[in-house]
Amino acid sequence: MKIAGTIPGAIPTKISVQAADFDVGAEFAALTAEHTDIGGIGCFVGTVRANPTGPRLEALTLEHYPAMTERAIAAIAEQAAQRWPLLGCTVIHRVGRMVPGENIVLVLAASAHRQPALDATAFLIDWLKTKAPFWKQESFVDGSATWVDARETDDAAAARWAPGRTG
Amino acid sequence: MADDERAPLTVLWFAWLRERAGTAEEQISPPPEIATVGALVDWLSAGSPRHAAAFQNRRAVRCAVNQDFADPATPLHPGDEVAFFPPVTGG
Repeated sequence: MKIAGTIPGAIPTKISVQAADFDVGAEFAALTAEHTDIGGIGCFVGTVRANPTGPRLEALTLEHYPAMTERAIAAIAEQAAQRWPLLGCTVIHRVGRMVPGENIVLVLAASAHRQPALDATAFLIDWLKTKAPFWKQESFVDGSATWVDARETDDAAAARWAPGRTG
Repeated sequence: MADDERAPLTVLWFAWLRERAGTAEEQISPPPEIATVGALVDWLSAGSPRHAAAFQNRRAVRCAVNQDFADPATPLHPGDEVAFFPPVTGG
């Protein structure tokens, strides 16, 4: 599945929810094409991590709520654009089955200067982890499977961007 | 009868809540006095063991109404899409 869209009247925003992998270089090129005002691009790539202890991870399966996902991500991107002087951003989130080492999520945020680009990137991934309707299920080589629990540290990371806090 | 014209709610279940509810999607027609998310949770829990199992730990249940995050006080209207799911774990 692929959902792609832009926010009308806002900064150039690419949002995609897709099963296929993404090409970070190609996404960089697309974000910066025909732009000479960008001075910095923040980048975050989330990947499937095998747990060093416990049962061996075979795959991660990402489920989502298709009718809501793109809207939720667009709302998060809009928040970022209101808080920082962004010139563009890209959010790609994969769904379906992925094995350790594969990409899960890409966040790019472009601005004239490094600080807004880096802060907006951190904000986008922190809020994605706590406000976009995705769920991870881990399946292990021993045949067992478990839904990943939400982590309080993720809530704390998202909360540091609450209004009135400078991060 | 006006009640006959009330469109059912579409209830969606995700992740481990789907497994406990035993379905991903169902049409439900609660009585008119079930007017909020919280009332719907109570009504479903009282009505069937699988729903009671899904809502066993309500602190671990999140909700959206018509694709917007909701809470127990959120009002419901005929035809709404109500989704129940665990805290999100994407990213």
